[in-house]
Parts: sequence; structure tokens; C-alpha cells
Amino acid sequence: MNRLVLNKVVLVLSTLSAFIGIGFLFWILITLAYKGMAGLSFSLFTKDLVEGGIRNLLVGQFTMALMATAIAVPLGVMAGIYLREYGEESKMTSVIRNLSDVMTSAPSIVIGVFVFALLVEPFGTFNGWAGVVALAIMMVPIIIGTTDNMLALVPKELREAGIALGGSKKQVILQIVLKAAKVGVTTGILLSFARIIGETAPLLFTSANNQFFSMDLTDQFPSLTVSIYNLATYPDEASRQLAWSAAFVLTAIVLFINLVGRYVTRHKQ
Amino acid sequence: MGANLFRNLSFFSATLSFFLLVGIFAVLFTYAQQSMQEFGFDFLLTEEWEADEDDEGGIFGGYIPIIGTLLSTLIAMTIATPLAMGIAIFLTEIAHDKIVKPFSIAIELLAAIPSIIYGMWGLFYFAPIVQLTIGGNGVGLLTAGIVLAIMVIPYMAAITRDSMNTTPDVLKESAYAMGATKFEVIKDVVMPYSKGGIIGSIILSLGRALGETMAVAFLIGSIMSIPKSITDPTTSIPVLLANNFAEAQDLEISSMYYLALILFVVSFAIISVAKFYFLGRNK
Repeated sequence: MNRLVLNKVVLVLSTLSAFIGIGFLFWILITLAYKGMAGLSFSLFTKDLVEGGIRNLLVGQFTMALMATAIAVPLGVMAGIYLREYGEESKMTSVIRNLSDVMTSAPSIVIGVFVFALLVEPFGTFNGWAGVVALAIMMVPIIIGTTDNMLALVPKELREAGIALGGSKKQVILQIVLKAAKVGVTTGILLSFARIIGETAPLLFTSANNQFFSMDLTDQFPSLTVSIYNLATYPDEASRQLAWSAAFVLTAIVLFINLVGRYVTRHKQ
Repeated sequence: MGANLFRNLSFFSATLSFFLLVGIFAVLFTYAQQSMQEFGFDFLLTEEWEADEDDEGGIFGGYIPIIGTLLSTLIAMTIATPLAMGIAIFLTEIAHDKIVKPFSIAIELLAAIPSIIYGMWGLFYFAPIVQLTIGGNGVGLLTAGIVLAIMVIPYMAAITRDSMNTTPDVLKESAYAMGATKFEVIKDVVMPYSKGGIIGSIILSLGRALGETMAVAFLIGSIMSIPKSITDPTTSIPVLLANNFAEAQDLEISSMYYLALILFVVSFAIISVAKFYFLGRNK
């Protein structure tokens, strides 16, 4: 084939694949909007699953994700601080950094199995705490990674200036380094929250699901994503409609948090 | 809070991911013991998955879910790789600066959509199309593989784009100055320069696809049978776990822990190779 023709062919094919990718994004989003909005109503947000609404599911999903964030943020940020500020050169630091990097891609269903063995089987019942722990386990490595990377961007001179002023290492880290990396670290937390709020696999047999409103984390706990999975496979039209509406709300939340995270990074740094 | 306490707390948090990893392995290994002692490595090649009448024993083999996992991943990678490369080439070498940004954001949003949404959309909108155009009854290996491909494309494209972007402009400009076409520059300059990153992104996506649960759960058919054709329904390790783990007991649940252990070890190995050998994260 003529090399100029070959060039054209490859360029056209590449452009085409980009449009195929965008095409799928719009296909999925338009489908979601079209099917999901048909079932949107005020009562969707005021009724619980048992009466055909998603109030308890939203509250349940957010409760678990927020509790997981409360556990994962201090652990993840502290670990990130250790890796970047204390143990920078050692062999062990590099091993830990690599392991937590790999953990960010660990299959989420396996984390569900692990937490089931630890927190469900011994107590004989699905419970919200197990769901919280499973989500936290998914979240910690992501936060470690972003914190580590964001702290690395803080110039060394800032740290030296802090020490020159007589600050202790701890003061320098908390009052100078962490402050300088604030936006990046917060964005990392926000994006990891967006990721775990849409997780289903680690919740299937940890929190499982609950049709009723519940704030009792020691028992089966309502989950939006697990409900979508169940509802979508029921044969009746009402359940499917509810699944579409719930899916639409979930996607809107996840994409909104992502866009906020992106906007903040672009305008504050 | 004293300075030492702060340091120790941060050290403790850092070691946590190590203990988590060892903990997951140890727990899966312990709970899989019953099945490992009963079936050994024959487990990998046994097709049966049958509980005895009295629910106390039976024969459980991992062959079908293992094959299902491998085949659906293979289909996904075959479709995703050329498309993701195309997208990366488009974003780094073809598109005008003004288009790159909205396209990049769109591709990254595609990666942010929860996997359950892909599964649901695939079941109601994509499976019927596969049924009409290719055959089968809609759900099966092929549908699962295609939707899995759509899921990993943005991920693979983003990493490939980043590593293609590291090619120094001087190298590309020299090739253009010699009269090379855009394709020749991509093939002979950009690709060789970013080879490690490209292979790494493919292997990393492979590792992710192996463990993907929800998108596949809607679409693979969840049937314990060996697929005879590409449109046949079957199952995969994550899907079997998702649907049957909570109800299983004794030897059956132990066999599921065995499968989870296999999945965990294999994806850990694949992801490690991708990250440290090819993507050079081993700073």
C-alpha cells in the first residue's frame, strides 16, 4: 500500500475509535437519562424501597461511604505522609508504596469475600459495618497514592524554610507541607469517594441490602447499588423502572463529584 | 500529640496496606484449605460443580469459571486494545489542542461510571443488538466481553496517552523533517519510545478485566457450562462469587474461597508485572 494512503487510513481509524469511545459515553448517558428521568418524582426520594422509593437506599449508601471515608482518610493520609516525609529512601518504604499501588487494582469482589470471612461469618449476619470496612479497604490505597504524589509536588525549599525557622518535623509536615498540598489531597479524597460510592461487588455479601430504612450498622444495611442489581433482574416493569431511576441518580452523583474534583484542581492550582 | 507519637501513627498506617495484603492472602488460604485438601490442583481442571444430596460434600471444580474468566477477558482485550491505541493516538498526535481537552474529560468520565451501570445498560440495550446481529440469546461470552472492553478502553487509553505524551518533540520533529508521514512517526518514533508504557497499560487493563464483577454478572449468563460457541452463556470467577457465595456452605464455600484465592494471586501477579516491570513505578 502506498505510504501516504496507509497514513490516511491509520489517521482515519484512530479518529474513528475516539468517536466510538465518545459515542458509547453518550449512548450510555442518554439511555440513563431517558429511562431514569421517566421515573423521577418527588416521592422517589421520600419513600423507602419497600414502598417503591429510594430514600433508605440513598441514606444507606451515603452512610456507608461516609463512614468508610472517615476511616480511610486518616489512615491513608497518615500513610502517605510516612511514605513521603519520613521513610523516603528506605527499601521498606518502596515495598509499601508498591504494595499499596497494586492494592488499588485488587479485584473488589475478593475484598468482599475477605470481609465476609472476617466480619459476617463470625456474627452470623450481614451487617453495615462489614460494608463500611470493605469500602474503606478499597479507599485506603487510593488515598495513600494521591497523598504521596501530592506531597511530592511540594518544593523541598518550603520544608527547609520551615525547619530553618525552628519548626519540628511534625510542625513542618502539618502546618507547611500538608497546607501546600491541601487542594491535591482533598481532590484525591473526593475522587476516591466518587469511586467507592458506586461500588457494588464489595457490598453484595457484606452489608447485603435492606428494604426498610435503617441506621443500625450491626444488621443488614440498605444499599443503592445492591438494590439496582436486584431490581434490574426482576421481571416486572415497576422494579425495572425503579432500577433505572436509581441508576440515573447514582450516575449523576458520581459524575457530579468527578466534575467538581476536576474543576477544583484546575482552578485552585 | 508528641512528635514521636505522630511519627509512629503514620508508620503504623503505612504498614497497614502490607498487613492487609498478607491478611487477605492468609484468610483466603485458610478458608480454602478444606477444598484444597479435597481436590488439590485437580480443582483447576475439574468441570463438575455439584453438591451431594445431603449438602455435606460433593465435587467442586474451578474449570468452567476459570475458562469463562479467561475467555471473556481475552475477547475484551482483543476489542479494547486497538480501540484504546486509536484513541491515544488521536489524543496525542491528531486532535487539535482545543478538542483534546473535552475528549480527554469525556474519556475519563467514561472510566468513572460505576460498573453496575455498564452491566445494566449492556443487558437491556446491548445484549439485544448482539442477539439480532450475531445470534445466541443475547447474554453470553461475547456480550460480556464487548461490554468489558468498553469498560477498560478509557482506562487503557488514558495510560497509553500519558506514556505517548512523554515522547520528546525533538524526536518527532526530526522524523517529520526527514519526510516521514504521521503514521510513520507514530510507528517508528512514538511507539518504540513509549513501548513500556503501552504494554504496561494493556497488561494492567487485563488485570482489571479479570476481576471485574458487576458488568459481567449481568451479561455472561451465569450458567455453569462450558461455552461451545462465542455467544454461549457461561460464568466467571467473580460472577460465581457474586451470585452464589453467600448461600454456599462447607466444601462448596471453601471451593469458592479457593477460586477467590486464585483470582487474587493471579491478578496480583499480573498487576505487579504491569506496574513495576513495564510502567516503571519502581522509583
